[in-house]
Amino acid sequence: MSAPQAKHFRAERFDFWSFFFSGLTGLATLFIIGILAVILVNIVYNGWSGLSWHFISTIPQKDFFDIKTTGVLPMIVGTAFRVIVMTIFVIPVGVITAIYLTEYAANNSIITRIIRAAVNNLAGVPSIVFGLFGLGFFINFVGKNMDKLLHNPSAVWGQPALIWASLTLAVMTLPVVIVATEEALKAIPPGLREASLALGATKLETILRVVLPQALPGILTGGILAVSRAAGEVAPILFTGVAYYMASLPHHVTDQFMDLGYHVFVLSTQSPNIEQTRPLLYATVLVLLVLTFALNIVAIIIRARVRKKLRALG
Amino acid sequence: MSSNTEQRRRSAGWLGIHRGHQARPAEWLAEKFIFLVSLSAIAMVLLIFLFVAREAIPVFFGETNTALVQPTIPVAEMDKHSPAELQRYLDLTPEQFKSVSRETKLELMQGKIDEQNEVPENFRNDPDARINTTDWKYLLQAHQWNGYDQPEHIWQPVGQIKKFNLLPLFAGTLKITLIGLFFAVPLAIGAAIYVSQLARPRVRETVKPVIEMLSGIPSVVVGVFALIVMASALQNIFHYQTRLNAFVAGLALGFAVIPVIFSIAEDALTSVPRAYTQAALALGASRWQTAWQIVLPAALPGVFAATVLGFGRAIGETMIVLMVCSASVMSWNVFDSARSITTTIAAEMAEAVNGGPHYRILFMLGALLFAATFVSNMIGDFVIHRFKNKLEGKR
Repeated sequence: MSAPQAKHFRAERFDFWSFFFSGLTGLATLFIIGILAVILVNIVYNGWSGLSWHFISTIPQKDFFDIKTTGVLPMIVGTAFRVIVMTIFVIPVGVITAIYLTEYAANNSIITRIIRAAVNNLAGVPSIVFGLFGLGFFINFVGKNMDKLLHNPSAVWGQPALIWASLTLAVMTLPVVIVATEEALKAIPPGLREASLALGATKLETILRVVLPQALPGILTGGILAVSRAAGEVAPILFTGVAYYMASLPHHVTDQFMDLGYHVFVLSTQSPNIEQTRPLLYATVLVLLVLTFALNIVAIIIRARVRKKLRALG
Repeated sequence: MSSNTEQRRRSAGWLGIHRGHQARPAEWLAEKFIFLVSLSAIAMVLLIFLFVAREAIPVFFGETNTALVQPTIPVAEMDKHSPAELQRYLDLTPEQFKSVSRETKLELMQGKIDEQNEVPENFRNDPDARINTTDWKYLLQAHQWNGYDQPEHIWQPVGQIKKFNLLPLFAGTLKITLIGLFFAVPLAIGAAIYVSQLARPRVRETVKPVIEMLSGIPSVVVGVFALIVMASALQNIFHYQTRLNAFVAGLALGFAVIPVIFSIAEDALTSVPRAYTQAALALGASRWQTAWQIVLPAALPGVFAATVLGFGRAIGETMIVLMVCSASVMSWNVFDSARSITTTIAAEMAEAVNGGPHYRILFMLGALLFAATFVSNMIGDFVIHRFKNKLEGKR
């Protein structure tokens, strides 16, 4: 925390440059917050009027550029479906990796450092490269070989599908889950572990019964952040499963799907009449923003609490 | 536990499986399982590189051929050529070549001849039509194409003669990225200095998560905002010709990069030991003098790393640039359009034939992008690691 005495010793004579530059950095901060506010206000203000129950619960026709008849139900369902499938894959792998890194790994061994470097790198890989990876690995390699092994007469797995989009996103969000879980695990006082071990529990029992339940809010944060990040991403699913239009909702993991983020992209770039589509576009953006942003805010609140706890422990 | 030897005996059981109440095979198995799963992050990085590069290998080794007019081999002369030659001629992989029957090969050869017969008359005598445009020379150097006044770098993957010069894409990526960083770096670092050094704790506690929220906005949403609101507003200020251009894209990209640079720089500035600040303040320096002359120099490696990582994030951003500008124009004017590598991949993959030259070149661009971000990540992490170690050592 800041030193309390500093306030009293603050420069007493008026220093113009100090004042000027402090003001400048303050303005930079205000400007960034201003950008955020302008984006949010612009979207909420313009998108509000387009929202209705009909809009959210309607499956649109092929020509979906008219706000009076169209809806976003298949996009909401598609986005939710792909994100849920992703969570099933990414949470266990991410949590187990974090457990290894905090509970088992020696802090400076080569393998730990390589794992950490890999996690950091994975977080920095461009999302479009994940899309290429999904196409090159999941569809062209795994999917095509599955078709061959199962003797499918036509491509079932070896084509863009919801499962491949979800797996691609799972790889992309792995670092998010790992980092959040690690933070949560570190926030647990070592005394708890020691007490459990002293009572005769094994290390695994300690982790499963004492450490993990304590870390649950942190793991939840990781999951929510991953979901929120994945729900808004479009680039990785472009080649791995998203469809421009589907007449029905996806009901199997090998189906293609419509997606909110991709739909926003389609509405904003491929509309025949930009002025007419604008209210529809704003309403769709608002739905997307509410879904991703609400999750994000929840995650930030939980995370702030975890951090406070961590700081209290020193 | 009584003696050393007993301890050693207990810790080194068969295959590492201990005896006693805390030694169960299930526990041992679970530990190994946890270790194996934790290797998945490494596996993923390797797989990404392998499978993105794998699709691009033929381009790297000059095995793709896009020449419109190619010499043909008459069907009757099949046996005069070696299998390796035929395999390359028919664009087959070695496995495909082995599994395909002789009749099919003959059919494929006939297909090649039919294909050549279909080439429009006006291309027959065009020297450009004989060029393999995926050759490294044509990927990187300017070429005097038929109908152009001077040698030019052209990316034009459609039409009869497909031109794949990569330089316009590199230049476009660099241009948009630099505009974005030029805008984002001062703002983000200024805000980081303010939040970590000058603001009161209560302001800091609220401002920090708010700026982090900016990273929670999906990039398509920023793209929509740039496309509709920013493009028009900036046009009213600067009166440029092309409404959607590299400048608008760069600014919008800046929004996406600001939270990345901010949070790393803020972290670096906060981790400068409090003793430094307190000593400076005690000697009579003002808050700003302390921040500018003491804290910032001490945290400079971290701030540099933040910029490098921001750069990595910026060259990889796809949707914003895809929505805001797309035409590949080779120019250094910030108000001209530009096309980035990511945009090219996203926009053209759908129309590229699976396994064709265009498809392979897009994968090669992806591999280059991966390599570029890999390097910038490594530099950034290395610098941060060293910086933290140094601070801890001094403390």
